[in-house]
Amino acid sequence: MSAAEAAPRAGLGAWWRLLGSELRLTLGRRRNQFGLLVLAALPVMIAVTIRISGAGGGHGPDFFSAITSNGIFVALAAISVELTLFLPLAIAVLAGDAIAGEAGLGTLRYLLTVPVPRTRLLLTKYAALAIGALEGVVVVAAAGVVAGGLAFGLPPMTTLSGTTIPMVEATGRLVLAVLYVSAGLAALAAVGLFISTLTEQPIVAMVATTGVAALMWILDSIPQLGWLHPWLLVHHWLAFGDLFRDPVFTDGIVRGLWLALGYIVVFLIAARTVFVHRDVTS
Amino acid sequence: MSEDTPAAIRTRDLTKEFGRHRVVDSIDLAVPDGAVYGFLGPNGSGKTTTIRMLLGLARPTGGEISVLGVPVPDRAPDVLGRVGALVEGPAFHPQLTGRANLARLDAADAGSDPRTAADRIDAALRRVGLHQARDKRYRVYSLGMKQRLGIAAGLLVPRDLLILDEPTNGLDPQGTREVRHLIGSLAAEGITVLVSSHLLSEIEQVCTHLGVMRDGRLVAQGPIDELRARGRATLRLVTADPDRAGEVLRGLGAEDVDHTGQTVTATAGGLEPEAVVAALVGGGVGVREFGVRAASLEDVFIGLTGEGFDVSG
Repeated sequence: MSAAEAAPRAGLGAWWRLLGSELRLTLGRRRNQFGLLVLAALPVMIAVTIRISGAGGGHGPDFFSAITSNGIFVALAAISVELTLFLPLAIAVLAGDAIAGEAGLGTLRYLLTVPVPRTRLLLTKYAALAIGALEGVVVVAAAGVVAGGLAFGLPPMTTLSGTTIPMVEATGRLVLAVLYVSAGLAALAAVGLFISTLTEQPIVAMVATTGVAALMWILDSIPQLGWLHPWLLVHHWLAFGDLFRDPVFTDGIVRGLWLALGYIVVFLIAARTVFVHRDVTS
Repeated sequence: MSEDTPAAIRTRDLTKEFGRHRVVDSIDLAVPDGAVYGFLGPNGSGKTTTIRMLLGLARPTGGEISVLGVPVPDRAPDVLGRVGALVEGPAFHPQLTGRANLARLDAADAGSDPRTAADRIDAALRRVGLHQARDKRYRVYSLGMKQRLGIAAGLLVPRDLLILDEPTNGLDPQGTREVRHLIGSLAAEGITVLVSSHLLSEIEQVCTHLGVMRDGRLVAQGPIDELRARGRATLRLVTADPDRAGEVLRGLGAEDVDHTGQTVTATAGGLEPEAVVAALVGGGVGVREFGVRAASLEDVFIGLTGEGFDVSG
């Protein structure tokens, strides 16, 4: 059979196949498995510490003071704490690997000559990053619910507004919170993917992406820059707590989703523009 | 080669500049269908940059490229599925096995059939002699094994054209022979092969055509016999009367006439050996030994690229 007879059929199946390969590659890396373990360790630590020493009234975010009343708050507390560093770091690592990592290894030139059209590769990489973000948050939430449940039980939940909702509804709201936080991280992943197209050194992309997240947190903490805060991705991340008010307060979440979408569109277009025109010289 | 001869690869005025440095300078590459084209030149002469442009990895600064009749880089994804490539050494994920690395590349190929992937990967590994090591991690492969895996990646699906950049790099003489043999057998199947090397001797035997790069320019190109004929043959004779022999040879128009002891050498030019011997004997020169040595391709190559194999600036 000559190569010319093997008609290429780049149907949906081909997209799934490449995405599957991406996910296997990411999940198969020891370093990433270890990273997930670290993400899962924090809620366990929170549950154990508070179980032993008590909630220690008044300090920290709302979730912490409520933890002893319901295990589900361990998940929420862990998510809010890990959003400041660990989750953005995990996204930065995956994003650094995505393009810069493949370029640094030299595998990028072989993927492109397979051939994988550059836009398809970029979108597949992005889909894998978004799924990676979801995985990370799910691991934190699941570890939190399990550890919290064991330490403090899972009775009907008292919302931040003081009303009580059954466990089923609380779980549903937790799922929504996980999706919301993942969307925010997916927006950071778009920034990371863009940075990843600019360099052949994954470590540079990882540091830069983590730096972007850290810088946004710092800017968000300076009250004099109030005008800028609505445009900072991280400013909206903690709005997931609004899901646990009664009734649910959606303004912050909707604004956060729109901003995340904006970041995703802008940075994916930027990444594509760079990547499609770039010479692959590694 | 005329414009309408079917060509697997053809470039016109292909140029690549990095900043103000011209790495590839207006080259007109012509690789005929079915040829084994040896792409020669010292390190740094622009071979790899040219190959990157042929594969759509780098954009030309100027000029045009057609690969299997398809313009590159504009429509590169349409044609690259028919092209297997090894570019500037193999590159794979170190934590994956040889087989898993090939599976990854195959998964990326929208034109390959996932149901036959395992068989095709096995066949490719077998073909390059890596079957035994298929489940070892790439990390522990020797340089030669890595090179073989790179070639195997080019053989995952049937190809019309193979572009192999320095495929014998890092291989021992036995490995080099095997790669040559592999190239020969692929060519016998009708696959056009472009193989680059900075060492003529490694690929000379399998090539039907040669292109020689120097400082970004294509200084020679054509069927290997044509290039060989460019070399100048040397006459050598042994006689008791070298001075008289020299006079006769000069009289015939031979150049570079020289002698040490009883041995006389000269450049044959267009002289027929029969005519030379007749003239010598007719001129009263007793000829004890006479021979014509054809120029080796190596001589031609060195004449084109300069002595030695220094890296081109």
